[in-house]
Amino acid sequence: MSRREALQATAGAVAFAALPLPAQAADSAATPVPPTQTLPLEVTVNGRVHQLAVDPRLSVLDMLRERLSLTGTKKGCNQGACGACTVLIDGQRVNACLALAVMHDGAKITTIEGVAEGETLHPLQVAFIEHDAFQCGYCTSGQIMSGLGCISEGHASSAEEISYWMSGNICRCGAYPGIVAAVAQAAKEDRT
Amino acid sequence: MRPFEFQRAASESEAIAAAAAGARYLAGGTTLVDLMREEVETPEKIVDINRLPLNYIRATDEAIVIGALARMSEVAANQDVRRLQPLIPETLTEGASPQLRNVASIGGNLLQRVRCPYFRMLDAACNKRVPGSGCSAIDGLNAGHAILGSSEHCVATHPSDLAVSLVALGATLSLKGPRGERTIPVEELFRLPESTPHLEHTLEPGELIVEVHVPNGPYARKARYLKVRDRSSYEFALVSAAAALHVENGIIKEVRIAAGGVGTRPWRMNAVEQALVGKPAARASYEIAAAVSTEETRPLSHNGFKVKLLPATIVRALEMAGDVA
Repeated sequence: MSRREALQATAGAVAFAALPLPAQAADSAATPVPPTQTLPLEVTVNGRVHQLAVDPRLSVLDMLRERLSLTGTKKGCNQGACGACTVLIDGQRVNACLALAVMHDGAKITTIEGVAEGETLHPLQVAFIEHDAFQCGYCTSGQIMSGLGCISEGHASSAEEISYWMSGNICRCGAYPGIVAAVAQAAKEDRT
Repeated sequence: MRPFEFQRAASESEAIAAAAAGARYLAGGTTLVDLMREEVETPEKIVDINRLPLNYIRATDEAIVIGALARMSEVAANQDVRRLQPLIPETLTEGASPQLRNVASIGGNLLQRVRCPYFRMLDAACNKRVPGSGCSAIDGLNAGHAILGSSEHCVATHPSDLAVSLVALGATLSLKGPRGERTIPVEELFRLPESTPHLEHTLEPGELIVEVHVPNGPYARKARYLKVRDRSSYEFALVSAAAALHVENGIIKEVRIAAGGVGTRPWRMNAVEQALVGKPAARASYEIAAAVSTEETRPLSHNGFKVKLLPATIVRALEMAGDVA
């Protein structure tokens, strides 16, 4: 059993034992619902093609984490507010939690697992280490994916501009000065 | 999230037929998917319209025409829009986050649901979510709520920044529905809450926003958007103002002003505009005219500050517009 599986099993058991069933979940169970659909889906993730059959409710985030075991992309708020789930879809940074997988049939997705080349880290990953741009690390993969978007869009020419254009990524540890410095350094290297 | 039936529309007619039969349109999904997960929205059918050929931006001498599926970030970066209608990119970039702007469509932006916290809270009373259940905001935490256009049934502000600027610029919408095509001013898309706050817009069942026309008025180039909020990026407005000026020899020939964060819909400031025409384009005129903006305001227990902030925001936005060369 991996560390993640152990954590999931424990968390699931604890939650089940400790929490009463929420009223809303009980309502959902009682309401008649249309039959669940399963749709075919083809996505290319980090250069690898995947063919899946998915429930239309599945988010890109849950598809990456639960179906493809790419757990580098994190679930923070699951409401599009925190940016922890940021990935690139067809080169654009987006919140994977608000994207239904079925909306992205045929898409090319890049996650944090696809950023380094083998053992060689991407310059932005190196910059995050050099500038201590994280503490707990939970937001970091989203910050890096968003930083890649920020740089490729051309919105990383000053600290002020980076702060504005990275505002969709929350860091509860408050590592913002390091994050801004890391994005600035990688943007500078990108230009030279 | 409740189960739903998912369909991809290959044509406008297919999409409209599905929506007329009860399906909800899905474009960027940044509002709808979020609210479906919270079970505030529980559609039984979804029709994905992202493959319709409505992602375009056209510029002519008379107007900018924006397809309903153009994304906020695409419109904000478009060189023609930046040149002819600089208010639109400025306004778009002040809204949401970069990730959301890459996904959210222009049509969806106009139809986004309110950000009143009680609307999202299933155990709170909300006439928008459950008609007749009451309004938890009126006696609750209402610092962010409306001072204009509210009723005893709903006090939520309309959250779109873009809608404020489109109302100021006199933009119109092309609509297609089961009964054909029509054009309406953006301002007429939005209903006041009155006794039916669950009815938010004037679209007929199945009607689809196809495109937005923004006329290149003589005021379009001298236009600015000012958004006052609790943090400087990625936050909804406490008060915002779009101001567009046409000045000749220092005298205001024509002016357009709309405010956000204060009304239950984007609020055109007709009386302020009238008080400015023929006056010098200077702070003294702006201050006298902006004072008129608060005449019909009805503040709640926590949002009285907006009554002071509204005219101050209008004055500053007019100054900013006046400074555009």
